[in-house]
Parts: sequence; C-alpha cells; structure tokens
Amino acid sequence: MSRSSASASGAELLRRVKEQIEEIDPGEVHELLQEGVVIVDVRESEEFAAGRLPGAKHVPRAYLESRIEGAVPDRSTHVILYCATGMRSAYAAHTLARELGYEHVQSMAGGITLWKDRGYEVEVPHTLTPEQRERYSRHLLIPEIGVEGQQRLLDAKVLLLGAGGLGSPTALYLAAAGVGTLGIVDDDNVDLSNLQRQVIHTSARVGTPKVDSAEEAIRELNPDVRVVKYPLRLDPSNVMEVIDGWDVVVDGVDNFPTRYLLNDASVRLRIPVVSASILGFDGQLSVFKPYEGPCYRCLFREPPPAELAPSCGANGVLGVLPGTMGLLEATEVVKLIVGIGEPAIGRLLLYDALAATLTEVKVRRDPECPICSRDPHEITDEELGVFPDYEAFCAAAG
Amino acid sequence: MATIKIPPVLRASVGGEKELHAAGDNVGEVLRDLVANHPATEGQLFSGDGELNRYVNIYLNDEDVRVLDGLGTAVDDGDTLVILPAMAGGR
Repeated sequence: MSRSSASASGAELLRRVKEQIEEIDPGEVHELLQEGVVIVDVRESEEFAAGRLPGAKHVPRAYLESRIEGAVPDRSTHVILYCATGMRSAYAAHTLARELGYEHVQSMAGGITLWKDRGYEVEVPHTLTPEQRERYSRHLLIPEIGVEGQQRLLDAKVLLLGAGGLGSPTALYLAAAGVGTLGIVDDDNVDLSNLQRQVIHTSARVGTPKVDSAEEAIRELNPDVRVVKYPLRLDPSNVMEVIDGWDVVVDGVDNFPTRYLLNDASVRLRIPVVSASILGFDGQLSVFKPYEGPCYRCLFREPPPAELAPSCGANGVLGVLPGTMGLLEATEVVKLIVGIGEPAIGRLLLYDALAATLTEVKVRRDPECPICSRDPHEITDEELGVFPDYEAFCAAAG
Repeated sequence: MATIKIPPVLRASVGGEKELHAAGDNVGEVLRDLVANHPATEGQLFSGDGELNRYVNIYLNDEDVRVLDGLGTAVDDGDTLVILPAMAGGR
C-alpha cells in the first residue's frame, strides 16, 4: 500500500520536491558568481551572519513569500538558492518556481557545507568596531547606508586613475567614507602648480611621488583604508593586470589614449568606470557600466583630432572645478558600492560652473560599438586601446 | 530660431560665445546656418563629405541626433542643440 501525499514522511516529501526542482552543483555556482546571477541564502539570520557565499542576498525561508520580491523583483532573473545542506533551499526553490512564478530557480546541492568542503570562498561579514561605529555614525544614521552599506564600503576596492585634479578630492572623500581599499595609479611627482586644485597634496610634499603623498594624506585621514600604489602610466602592456579585481575604477585621466584603453579593458573585465573630465569652467560626468549601459566608445566612437583635443598640453582650469566633478564621481562610486539611487548610467551630465547649470543628455548603447557590442572574451589584447596614431598627433600639436 | 550650446573647444571659433541662435528646419540646416556665420566651425563639425564628424555628438534637447534622423532631424523653434566633442582633461 502506498502512502498518500498527505501523509508522506519528511524524507519522502524531500525526495518528491527534489524531483520537481532543478539542482545545481557548487562548482557550477562558483563559475556563475561573476555572471550576474542572484544568489539567495535562505538560512536563519545567525547562520547568514556567520558566513555566506560572496554577494549572497539573505531571505530566510520563513519570510520567503513576503520578502523575495524585495530581493529579486524580476521573475525572469536566474536565482540560485542555498542553505546549509540543500534541504531548505530545495523546498524554497519549489515554492518560488511552483507558487510564485519564478522562471529560472535552482537549489545548490549540498548547501554551503559542500561549498566550503570544495574550498570555495566564504564571505564573513566583519562587525564594526566601537571606533568604526563612531567614525561612520553619520552613515549609520542614514537608512539607505546603515551598517550593511558601511560594511560594503569597507569591503570595497576602488581604483583611482590619477591622484591629480579629479583624483585628489575623490580619494579624500572615499577614504573618509571608509572605502576599505583604494588603489592609486600615478607616475607623477607633486608640483607647486598642482596645489591650486590637487588638495590631497601639500606644500611640504612638493617633489615627492603623488602616490606616496596621497597615501600619507589618506593614512592620516582614515587608518581603516589600505592604499595600493601603482607609480606607473597605464599602457596596453599593463592595463589588464592593473585594473583586474577592482570593484569600480574612477577615471581621472587627462588624455584620450588612456581613456580609450581603460574603456576597452574595463568592458572586457566587466568593471564599472566612473568617468569625469574638466576643461576651463566646464565638466562632464558619466558612469560606464559594461553591458548594462553604453561604454565610452558608444559615446565617442573616435577621438577628436589633436587641434580639438586640448588635453594634449597644459590647459587652464578653475581650481574648484575638479573638486566639484571629483566629488560627483565619489558620489557615484558610493552609490554603485552600496547599491542605492540611480547612477548616471546612460546619461552624460554637463556642468557649466560659470552659468551654474547642469545639462543632461542621453547616451545610448551603440549596437555597432566596436567593443561592447561583442562578448568580453572576443576582445583581444591587440584591440585594447586601438587608436589612430594619437601620440604622434599630440606631439605634433606640441 | 533654435538655441545652440557651444562647447569650450569651439568657443574661440564663435567669438567666445557659449550660446548662439541659428535658423533652420532641421539639424543640418541649423548647423549650416551656424557655419555660415562662423566659418571656422565648419572643419570642426563636418568632414569633407558633409557628414558630421564621428567625434562630435549633436543632441536635440537631450537626445543624440544619430538615434533620431541625423542631420535630417526636424528642429522646432525653441529647441536646444547641444554640440559635444569629447573632452579628456583630468588634471
């Protein structure tokens, strides 16, 4: 005599549920981590707090029905659920697929226990020290940031290209905000003429490398921040190595070749770039998030000829303008890391300091973009930063 | 008349103005009117074959004219054209 479904044993019920859902091996989940899938931990809060898969969202199984839409609003999203051993997540996957209409749900077989056995990375949230609670108290008081947002900032790795006009204010404010790791790429030394705007440097540090000067200022401001120094210029031979592994890159570079090089490499590595530029009294700002929005080549397929590219030589700039634009960049970085607000993706903001106006234009993805219309792995080393003989052009323009 | 916002790198070619007015029924005509009054802008806006240079974007209000009808995009009185060449200063 077979049991009716109403009186199935727990083991029997689990077997039936597992037949009706899709399971996924931890190895496959590990490969999908960078691909934009949403990972949801359905365990209890104390289990989640003790360690979880990198980037996992938390929706305890007991609150699954009421909270899943907050974590995963789009039912066509690829969602992977896990728990300790794969049992609770199997039931939860069944609920999401059968009752809530989620189209692509999987349960990770073996749960985080098997994940750890395989040696994959577990994210252990650090708790804030009493000093950090005080230092970041004004962040903790904003619900949009709070402890979780502050921890994201502390875990974040942000690479700044240039410790100059734009990079100086960006670095100072990101350090103050508690961004845990700041990388700085700059091969220049501090010059007296920099100090009119490059506020991270000081008169006493004129002549010293900018990366060292910036590190000193950051250390004095916030000892939580680890500084990684790159006293070099980005070029095709080092760009992939330098920018790989950073969460966000802040573009404060002063020339077109590097700007295109950075764009091509960041698309290939899927790293968002917060970009600004300045000239005279005017500034531009946009966020280039690969494959979600346009890239720099969608905005400007080709660089202008040298006579229209004032970045070739020294140009005048109102000292406070890079401050304004650098802090708009820092604001976008914080938004991207914490995951709040509407980043300037697909929009270009034009700031006119003299008129005190902000104009916004739309930037569309170019379906024929030579770079971001293709898969990242199709972009070859030889194509990075390909540029119509520009160095020569700038040299000619003197 | 449409309003044209002149970017910093083109201001020297228009006597230092940041904003100009020009007449025309479409984007191409408005820009040609600008060029007629300020010939130095021609080489910066147009390539030899009369097309827009690829490194210059023109926005009608907030939309790139390349996703509209290009130089043929209709322009009404009171519209704003933004001329936007790439900029790279960071220092």
